[in-house]
Amino acid sequence: MRLRLVGLSAVLGLCMLGYLVIGARGDWGFVLAFRGQKLLALLLVGVAIAWSTLIFQTLTGNRILTPAIMGFDALYMLGLGLLIWVLGVPAYLAIPPQVMMLGNVALLCLGALGLFGLVLRANGRDLMRLLLTGVVLSVLIRSLTGFLMRVIDPNEYAVLQGAAFARFSNVDPDLLTIAGGITAICGIAIWRMRHRLDVIGLGPDLALSLGEPGPRSRRAVLLLVSLLVAVSTALVGPVTFLGLLVTNLTYLLFPTHRHAVLLPATGLVAGIVLIGGQGLLEHVMGLTTPLSVVIEAVGGLSFLVLLLRMLR
Amino acid sequence: MRSGLSLLAVALLALVSLGVGAIDLWPATLAEIWPVLRDSRLPRTCAALLTGASLAVAGQIMQQIARNRFVDPMTSGTGQGAALGILLAVLVMPAAPIGVQMGMASLTALAASLGFFALVRRVPPTQPLLIPLVGLIYGGVIWAGTTFVAYQTDLLQFVEIWMNGEFSGVMRGRYELLWLAGLAAALIYVVADQFSILGLGDAVSVNLGLNHRQIVLTGLVMISVVAGLTVVTVGLIPFVGLVVPNLVSQSTGDNMRRALPATALMGGALVLGADLLGRLVIHPFEIPAGTVIGIVGAGLFLWLLYGARGHAA
Amino acid sequence: MIRIDAVCHGIGGQPILRDVSLEIGKGGIVALVGPNGAGKSTLLSLIARLQPLQTGRITVDGHVIGQVRDDVLARTLAILPQHLDVASRLSVRDLVGFGRYPYHKGRPTPQDLVRVDAALAAFELDDLAARALDTLSGGQRQRAFVAMAYAQDTDYLLLDEPLNNLDIAASRGLMHRLRDLARQDGRTVVIVLHDINYAAAYADRIVALKSGRVVADGAPGAVVTDAFLRTVFDTDATVAHVQGRPMVCV
Repeated sequence: MRLRLVGLSAVLGLCMLGYLVIGARGDWGFVLAFRGQKLLALLLVGVAIAWSTLIFQTLTGNRILTPAIMGFDALYMLGLGLLIWVLGVPAYLAIPPQVMMLGNVALLCLGALGLFGLVLRANGRDLMRLLLTGVVLSVLIRSLTGFLMRVIDPNEYAVLQGAAFARFSNVDPDLLTIAGGITAICGIAIWRMRHRLDVIGLGPDLALSLGEPGPRSRRAVLLLVSLLVAVSTALVGPVTFLGLLVTNLTYLLFPTHRHAVLLPATGLVAGIVLIGGQGLLEHVMGLTTPLSVVIEAVGGLSFLVLLLRMLR
Repeated sequence: MRSGLSLLAVALLALVSLGVGAIDLWPATLAEIWPVLRDSRLPRTCAALLTGASLAVAGQIMQQIARNRFVDPMTSGTGQGAALGILLAVLVMPAAPIGVQMGMASLTALAASLGFFALVRRVPPTQPLLIPLVGLIYGGVIWAGTTFVAYQTDLLQFVEIWMNGEFSGVMRGRYELLWLAGLAAALIYVVADQFSILGLGDAVSVNLGLNHRQIVLTGLVMISVVAGLTVVTVGLIPFVGLVVPNLVSQSTGDNMRRALPATALMGGALVLGADLLGRLVIHPFEIPAGTVIGIVGAGLFLWLLYGARGHAA
Repeated sequence: MIRIDAVCHGIGGQPILRDVSLEIGKGGIVALVGPNGAGKSTLLSLIARLQPLQTGRITVDGHVIGQVRDDVLARTLAILPQHLDVASRLSVRDLVGFGRYPYHKGRPTPQDLVRVDAALAAFELDDLAARALDTLSGGQRQRAFVAMAYAQDTDYLLLDEPLNNLDIAASRGLMHRLRDLARQDGRTVVIVLHDINYAAAYADRIVALKSGRVVADGAPGAVVTDAFLRTVFDTDATVAHVQGRPMVCV
């Protein structure tokens, strides 16, 4: 396992190097600074999505789920919509992006905790019901957002629509510091929870029997998931299947339940997939399609394959 | 009694729908308003009714086949498959008549439905909610594939129109194929009893000598035709096929011969009502019926999932 | 000592337990029996704080359920729930190792590893230690979970129908092991059983529940009678006595 981790790190290093230099022309200082920023953003997003998905899967005891399926990202869009509704489009566009992001992250956490707290209390053990609720809620929230936008001003619908597609290629640099800070704090919290996560992965009854309080750990994990999803959504917009793809690749490479291994491993895999993929698309193949669309297709397909294998 | 009330409600809705629009009909003579009615209002009203009725029936049939109350063709791949089909048709043979494109859409929709059933056949009966979940993600995958193709060929705008059902573009001469969808839904009534039996499970079907494969295929063809026609004409409308059969099942039961007419009626009323609401809220602008249904339908679905648990789950 | 005081419990307006009061002293095997839906599993999960208490009060060795810290209770009481689905691909040794988690919180000491080995040996799992859980038979998996609860090394051990997947040899083996635990180590085992004969053969005390109430309580010889079967289980099976123990003739 240690060897594999080292190997993955080397691959990630190569990907990063390749991303920085392949096809670069002109002023090296400019190119490196420009691409370096994007690289950093990709890494942040990768870790945020990978870790949020991993601990979410541990919490739910199901390896074919991602928080995005539960509609966390839809909630983020609704937050933006509400902001536009309350403030109006000109004021909305005038808010500094950092403030907007912090506000939206807070809103998202509150919303997610309230929503899922309610569902968990009502139906603590019925996970499938919870998930279906999440999926339907995300449709509801998306429709509500669309509705809201059209009611405010049918012509400004495009403002929100612009934020709806994940775009790895142009990340707002102003957000990087805040996003990095939040991710770091969550990352430390998750790393400190790694042994507890091992136990939580045994399911609510056994975990409780071993002294890990159910509702409290669930809330803590959900809070961390909400924060990380908020960060990644704020940076690049919604991506549904990336987390799924990354965690399951990790499970294949590292057949263990120990989060002390899984956490660094998913982070590395996510970095490789995102940076390698973006590098390939952007610098090698010169494709116009956003990486997110490719990831949706590949990730979705791998989900179905997984499901078939799981049910066999 | 109940069906009489529903009929009355649909008639009322239709009447209001005929009266609402950008052009004020009051006061004017029949001769003056007839062109507006004939070219725009009547087609729009019919389109909403036909779409709602056929989608609701398609949902009912799909639920009987899957023996699961939470599936819906529009959210589990069939609708997305239809969109992919039209996109491919537009790409490969842009000059082909609309009928051919619809045929293509129905074919891919059928393939997508077959794929869905091949997937969920392995889901154990102990996990009933896994089936709609798989469907939603399966639909999402096809949707992502469609987006990819559309992105590479600069057709994203078209796809977005297909994915968001609305009736503002419906006019005389541009919706008539929907009558075919209505016809497909009506034809399924002929074999309603077979679908009632299908819903009782494999053992009962075999015991009663049902030609399982044939009846399932008939159902899937019908669903796919409805999906292809509605997606091309008005775009994808979610939840109708999911919510309406559940509501009907609670009041009327699962005898298809009784349930199907009620389903069609209620589906038509739901979509027409949603379209009407979308036209009225920010008049003279419009909110797509698909968006309205997304809210109303999801709300109803959650209510089914929690409120009406005894019946639905 | 487990002290249950005036516990009532309902699910969705349906009463499951009605005013149950019970004291379970230290040491020995207490079997909970009763017809389906009598509230046995609910009572067990309330003691083990798997479900929140609605009314009444439960204490375990003075710890008040609902107030005591979960990790403190985890060193006092272990429960083996009825339905166990562990999603992750764990080896048997890893699973049993988790029994020590309440003590080491993720950083096992050599002492913990010794305990795990002892638990594996006690339940004859040495040969299976490296196997993944999902490659085991139902009975083997059941044994692994019991071994995990054993490794938790608590004074109180609650088991919800642990014989469900087991054949007769495995059932007897498990019950023997539990009896040793109770007799030699002075542990308290509270066990939900469906088969009255196992309860009569191994338990020191039988508590019968019906419709959420305690309807019989005492030593097997005194409790298990024809009248008991009739009133509690609504069946006209008769009780014979073999080797001085009551036995239900089915």
